[in-house]
Amino acid sequence: MAILVTPQTKVLIQGITGSFGARHAQLSLAYGSQVVAGVTPGKGGQLFEGKVPVFDTVSQAARETGATASAIFVPPPFAADAILEAVDAGLDLVVCITEGIPVNDMVRVKRAMQGSKTRLIGPNCPGLVTPGEGPQSHGGCRIGIAPGYIHKKGHVGVVSRSGTLTYEAVWQLTCRGVGQSTCVGIGGDPVNGTSHLDVIKMFMADPETHGIIMIGEIGGAAEEEAAEWIGRYGTKPVAGFIAGATAPPGRRMGHAGAIVSGGKGTAQAKIDAFRKAGIGVAATPSEMADTLLRMM
Amino acid sequence: MNIHEYQAKQLLARHGVAVPAGEPCKTVDEARAVAEKLFAAGHTLIVIKSQIHAGGRGKGTFTHGFQGGVKLAKSVDEAVNFASNMLGKTLVTKQTGPEGRVVQTILIAAAETIKKEFYLAVLLDRANSRPLIMASTEGGVEIEEVAAHTPEKIVREHVDPAVGLMPYQARKIAAALGLKGDLFNQACKLITGVYKASWESDAAMVEINPLCIVEGPGGKEAIMAVDAKIGLDDNALYRHADIQAMRDLAEESPLEVEASKYSLNYIKLDGNIACLVNGAGLAMSTMDIIKHYGGDPANFLDVGGGASKDQVAAAFRIILSDASVKGILVNIFGGIMDCNVIATGIVEAVRETGLKLPLVVRLEGNNVAAGKKTLAESGLTIISGDSMADAAQKVVKATRAA
Repeated sequence: MAILVTPQTKVLIQGITGSFGARHAQLSLAYGSQVVAGVTPGKGGQLFEGKVPVFDTVSQAARETGATASAIFVPPPFAADAILEAVDAGLDLVVCITEGIPVNDMVRVKRAMQGSKTRLIGPNCPGLVTPGEGPQSHGGCRIGIAPGYIHKKGHVGVVSRSGTLTYEAVWQLTCRGVGQSTCVGIGGDPVNGTSHLDVIKMFMADPETHGIIMIGEIGGAAEEEAAEWIGRYGTKPVAGFIAGATAPPGRRMGHAGAIVSGGKGTAQAKIDAFRKAGIGVAATPSEMADTLLRMM
Repeated sequence: MNIHEYQAKQLLARHGVAVPAGEPCKTVDEARAVAEKLFAAGHTLIVIKSQIHAGGRGKGTFTHGFQGGVKLAKSVDEAVNFASNMLGKTLVTKQTGPEGRVVQTILIAAAETIKKEFYLAVLLDRANSRPLIMASTEGGVEIEEVAAHTPEKIVREHVDPAVGLMPYQARKIAAALGLKGDLFNQACKLITGVYKASWESDAAMVEINPLCIVEGPGGKEAIMAVDAKIGLDDNALYRHADIQAMRDLAEESPLEVEASKYSLNYIKLDGNIACLVNGAGLAMSTMDIIKHYGGDPANFLDVGGGASKDQVAAAFRIILSDASVKGILVNIFGGIMDCNVIATGIVEAVRETGLKLPLVVRLEGNNVAAGKKTLAESGLTIISGDSMADAAQKVVKATRAA
């Protein structure tokens, strides 16, 4: 077991014929993930890489191939539509990689998704990986843009708002011989589908996950919310790191959601919340894995 | 993206929000014409307001000694004198830093007789992903102060994006502000207009502080947005050509403007150790770890997940344009991108710029061995860092020694 996806999960890719989507569809196939369909309106009937059928709509793709999860690589102006199309098709999981979606589009998408069974991860995220059992974790489920080979099958769950900082944590674990159950990038936008807390609850309920690394950054209060829950109900060791202690207030640090405004969302407030909840705080990003391993 | 007060008021006025009569001016002649027009219309007092993207204008000082970026005038001559002391001059406020900003535009408007001040804002509530309207009877002061000391004086109303702001919600807010009769009705119209302006322009934040009851001719009271601040969602600018045209490059750091041409995310800071990193989270934490080991980061710089050689070269040029930089830390986790491509880009950039400053490079990830070999065989004095901690300690040490 793992969370959200297993190596058997059938994945379709929205925007598979664009350069970004195509590149990462190839990498997921090479990693051994079950990429069973692509969707590009107007290109239905083509074959991607000579083997993956392309459909005009998500409903057709899901019906014909049994795909239950989607990765979205379409440009920002079309991303809200792509997400809701996947929701309408009844998929279990939609992972939106697209960066630069207008906030109001996501506000409307979240409202429209209320009551649906679909879980959205992202947008503006690296996606997720459940490592496989093969060499360099081959045979796992890779949805998104994370490098597959840095992972190793095991028992640590990783959740983060940032891409490369997640890879950093995963690589530290793998270099120490410690594997991961699932690694989830929830994205750096102010409005996203899945929060730190959502993923933490799944990791706590997953028997294969024995410890958790939670990586946050300045802006919003999602880390504080997760920490409070962990302090009350957490049953597994959690180590954390917060990026942006040196960020100037009022400036967006790359991620649309990474901003300290009106004295809210500071790194210090998040670190204090972590400490209060008994979460191990890594003093530097170099110590994320070691901080957790000391607790396990 | 931020816009000027006069532009914010133009956006609001388009949605039916009452603002004081006035016009922006770029020359003293224009200022004279607008002042004459306002006095001719029966106004007895006008205000001349410097337009810069920074707060604290009223208490600011111009570098030539003139006090105050916001001035009241009782005559055309007085207004012209103030205008000539502001236009083209550099205003320093508590938010501009010591270098100040050159005032390119002033807003000349009727100075209304203010009877009462309120606060009104529209922003995103990240906790529930909905627009939030905040209002308070405590206008003219910072809302953070009100929230800290008298939070009960702030009313909050969330808007369901499926239906938009409903009229009853505007009525609830107007009632909470204690308004009655005609002022109540005016406030409902104004609140609705402010919300529409915010939503339809894809604003990240609209703040009316103060929102005022003003006394017009004959003692007739009206509600007006006397000041206004709007921040826009950069991701949505593509669908607002009219708002894009409001961008004022003179208000942005020249290096940040240059970086944006190469899709580099660069923010200048005050330290002396520059960093070049792929990914926003890693870039932030690289700054943090420099600070942790006793150094001071000179910038935030995210070259993105798939940086090209050209971007790396542009990044080096931008970093080196900052004269306070005394050392550089490159931190790349090449998940998908080839570390050797990055290494080649670094070597070329170092040669092209004739770099003399200490450079520490930490490479990790895809094809890292080839990348490290390229750096080692380049003949350049590049210090290699094994981990983020190692690289940060080395760059702090090398910068101190330099």
